[in-house]
Amino acid sequence: MAGAGGGSNDVQWCFSQVKGAIDDDVAEADIISTVEFNHSGELLATGDKGGRVVIFQQEQETKGQPHSRGEYNVYSTFQSHEPEFDYLKSLEIEEKINKIRWLPQKNAAQFLLSTNDKTIKLWKISERDKRPEGYNLKEEDGRYRDPSTVTTLRVPVFRPMDLMVEASPRRVFANAHTYHINSISVNSDYETYLSADDLRINLWHLEITDRSFNIVDIKPANMEELTEVITAAEFHPNQCNTLVYSSSKGTIRLCDMRAAALCDKHSKLFEEPEDPSNRSFFSEIISSISDVKFSHNGRYMMTRDYLSVKIWDLNMENRPVETYQVHEYLRSKLCSLYENDCIFDKFECCWNGNDSVVMTGSYNNFFRMFERGHRRDLTLEASRESSKPRAVLKPRKVCAGGKRKKDEISVDSLDFNKKILHTAWHPQDNIIAVATTNNLYIFQDKMN
Amino acid sequence: MEQNTEAKRIMALSLGKMYSSRSQRGGLRLHRSLLLTLVMRSAQDIYHSSRVVTEIWPANGQHAQKALPAEEPMDTSGAQFQTCALTTSPEDSQLRCAKSDENKENLEPVRSNRRTRKRRGKAAGEPDFLPSKRARIRMEAAEELLSAQVTELCGTNCLSERTCSSHVL
Repeated sequence: MAGAGGGSNDVQWCFSQVKGAIDDDVAEADIISTVEFNHSGELLATGDKGGRVVIFQQEQETKGQPHSRGEYNVYSTFQSHEPEFDYLKSLEIEEKINKIRWLPQKNAAQFLLSTNDKTIKLWKISERDKRPEGYNLKEEDGRYRDPSTVTTLRVPVFRPMDLMVEASPRRVFANAHTYHINSISVNSDYETYLSADDLRINLWHLEITDRSFNIVDIKPANMEELTEVITAAEFHPNQCNTLVYSSSKGTIRLCDMRAAALCDKHSKLFEEPEDPSNRSFFSEIISSISDVKFSHNGRYMMTRDYLSVKIWDLNMENRPVETYQVHEYLRSKLCSLYENDCIFDKFECCWNGNDSVVMTGSYNNFFRMFERGHRRDLTLEASRESSKPRAVLKPRKVCAGGKRKKDEISVDSLDFNKKILHTAWHPQDNIIAVATTNNLYIFQDKMN
Repeated sequence: MEQNTEAKRIMALSLGKMYSSRSQRGGLRLHRSLLLTLVMRSAQDIYHSSRVVTEIWPANGQHAQKALPAEEPMDTSGAQFQTCALTTSPEDSQLRCAKSDENKENLEPVRSNRRTRKRRGKAAGEPDFLPSKRARIRMEAAEELLSAQVTELCGTNCLSERTCSSHVL
């Protein structure tokens, strides 16, 4: 099986598709802000800065092309969030979609949660492929017929129609967050989910919108004593009582909801002592964790900070079991990256289906894969140049210093405006979705 | 000295970022503000400690990190010595901080420093005998901005209750 098979270096990654406008003039509303496969991998959702959600559906594999996986085509597009205005604080609330999380499928319809800074919405995406025709009392356009012309009884029947995909908001979970929402996570009980902002985590029931329970609150009594904020949170994939949240100080706290109603006291604290030789003005910024993800098997979790990816064993709190340097060559450039604001970029990370490979983005439209068992890493680029169908991607290399070899790119030539913050891996197969600023690239492994 | 210049540059950068983040769409971001504050404080600490070390050990070749005297203020609230240290002071030994006249204790190191340090460049438009006042205002503005940002983020409708109730939309 491709997904469970060899790691990144046995796999040859090929270009499959690219979505989005070709021109370099990027409209801000089109900037992709989140990417997420659903549980089967058949659907791929993206959210953008303009508050829209676009869902792609994988085509069924055709008999004609047994060696190629189905393409992803647009399935549904809808406006999830609109810009709002908080009159009390005189603040505009951005419509940018921060996160999308799919619910597991229970019936014919699909459900997903999407959130902006303040409001979470539950969307139902359903298909309509038939419609009732032949009403007795109505014309085809809906107008009522003159009753005197009705002489027979006719029962409407369903007739096939062109497939229509409808998205409708089923629940709106609002007014529960004072600060900006950074994460949502569906619980394995499939009844509750959490939403996290900078200082608080709330627990919701999917059916109930008028109340939520606050389970973590790290707001100090005096805001001037604030030293850290919550940067990401996630429920354990199969233990419905366990959640983790990461902080701007580089720590991760694991909380058990059985211990107390309020999880301010953590059950476990994961922290690696700082290397004093790496201390700089920017040590705090680069140690801030931008993403935390449990492995599919629930034994490990992965964190992403500015320069590295760390894998933690849930049973060991004092240090990660694996650390991968994403772009260590940037350590000497931190001051420039502070100047151009890149040091504040929040990169996400993801696991492959069998937890053997992890992936994260970098600059210059590079993305990196780390193969855990073999300790191998790979750098690839999402670019229009390597966008020929089924073209194999060539591994890239950054020259950190010294003599630049052929095909290497020097650190100073990197384009820091081209960043890959959001990536997603198909839950079973070797298919990945990589978001550049306004394009979505889909790559898959070469099938022989 | 390089660290000193670097620290000052980072402080200026950070202040600029704090000012511009106020007009950002979506409101002040707490995480970003916190990180900016932390960088600002690191830079301030480095700046003050390196200036203080220079004041005590002028260019006589000694680089020893002597333990700083107890009256050495590390915070920016009001120490006369501190405000003088922040100035880009001219080398003319006759010019001195107007404030430092009141503080006889710290007069000596400041004066010797002025004799040996190179001219850094004049404060634009300001009379040379008043640089300390300008520096203090700058630092106070930074502190005010930081606490204003924090209060703003705290907001007028901070929810202190553990269970939130909300409207059904």
